[in-house]
Amino acid sequence: MSVSQMSAALQTDAFAEQPIVRYRKVSKSFGDLQVIKEIDLNIAPGEKVAVIGPSGSGKTTLVRMLMTLERPSGGTIEVDGEMLWHKRVNGKLVPADEKHLQRVRCKIGMVFQQFNLFPHMNVLRNVTEAPVHVLGLSRAEAEERAREMLTKVGLADKLDAYPAKLSGGQQQRVAIARALVMRPKVMLFDEVTSALDPELVGEVLTVIKEIAAEGDMTMMLVTHEMDFAREVADRVIFIDNGEIMEQGPPWAIFGHPRHPRTRAFLSRFRKK
Amino acid sequence: MVIWDWEFAIKVLPDLFKAMRVTVAATFAGFGLALVIGLILALGRRASFKPLSLLSRGIIEFIRSTPLLIQLFFIFYALPLATGISLSAFQAGALGLGLHYGTYLSEVYRAGIDAIPRGQWEAATALNFSRLHTWTRIILPQAIPPIIPVMGNYLIAMFKETPLLSTITVVEMLQTAKIIGSEWYRYLEPFTIVGALFLLLSYPASVLVRRLELRLNQR
Repeated sequence: MSVSQMSAALQTDAFAEQPIVRYRKVSKSFGDLQVIKEIDLNIAPGEKVAVIGPSGSGKTTLVRMLMTLERPSGGTIEVDGEMLWHKRVNGKLVPADEKHLQRVRCKIGMVFQQFNLFPHMNVLRNVTEAPVHVLGLSRAEAEERAREMLTKVGLADKLDAYPAKLSGGQQQRVAIARALVMRPKVMLFDEVTSALDPELVGEVLTVIKEIAAEGDMTMMLVTHEMDFAREVADRVIFIDNGEIMEQGPPWAIFGHPRHPRTRAFLSRFRKK
Repeated sequence: MVIWDWEFAIKVLPDLFKAMRVTVAATFAGFGLALVIGLILALGRRASFKPLSLLSRGIIEFIRSTPLLIQLFFIFYALPLATGISLSAFQAGALGLGLHYGTYLSEVYRAGIDAIPRGQWEAATALNFSRLHTWTRIILPQAIPPIIPVMGNYLIAMFKETPLLSTITVVEMLQTAKIIGSEWYRYLEPFTIVGALFLLLSYPASVLVRRLELRLNQR
């Protein structure tokens, strides 16, 4: 069986269900540079997908397009059966307007490499701002939800602190709570430990593992932490040069990588 | 030879003080307008709708490239003839100052807005905030505090330009000094006092702005 047949077989098995995220022939170019080349990718509800690959391979762009931070140059993305970047008007595909984007975007949450907390708001406000103003929850309800989430990430005692007073690891955990409190169906983690001091990586990964263990949330994790990917992911996707080179369960990708580029990439990691 | 006459100086002081109130009022009215106009122009310039952004840019360039004095003349003397809208001298003066300084403040706003990291916009998108909410609760509250000292400096600069309003018959300090002078044929005292009053207000204000700047830099 060839590599592509192998991954196709794996994909069919995993996707008996209706996928929650579906990339179809998605490509993205920045000027002359094509960073994503006609990627097809289905993600099942509740699935944890780790996206690995060298820097500049396009893995971050892949999740940024799903968060509507980057507009695909071609192809379509569907979330929960709905087009993300397009609308069907009289049977024709037209670019989605802001209202449509907002509706579909509600199903997706994201945690960033640089945390991106709001520095002028304390921890509690950072976490309650969106539930109050986007979901329309009362302040009391939002605060209750926020407390619950902040307890989950181990920061129940930091409600009044401002981001500048927190360590990177704590900031990132607040950012996770801030995304989770919106109860998205799909959570995107974009190299969430890359900006952290090594001794702070563990606390953030532990929190993510706990959330993953709860099971029902779909996750896409762009990461350089191979052990973490192996532990958390149901499926690992190796991207290089804007293409999915190889994908499969962690044991297959890490234990028996088939594609020479996957092998080359992973061997660089082992040496580190 | 003309010598300083204290008696005369003390006699004209109350009138000049009264005129100072007009000067200060014109400054604050003009600055209030400039703050609003500047923000509108800054936002207009960033608009993704091209004609709006070009229009804002055009207005900014046009107003900055023509002298305030001519703008004041235009608003006070030409605008009523052209449009039928007739403003009082004070209103015309405040509007002129507001428009002129608004274009400068739009650049200040722009610098403040541009300094906000892209991640803040992206977090706002990821949390699904509306554009209005992103601007009013996320971007502007971060963009404005650092630019307050620069705005303070523009306030002081504008204050010192208010004598131009005397040319469109606003009875502010300079105009009052001129009236006193032509009445008594004594110019030394009124003009000196006007200068001193400007110094008295703008120097402490600039010290205040500098302190504010230091405090902001410490943060």
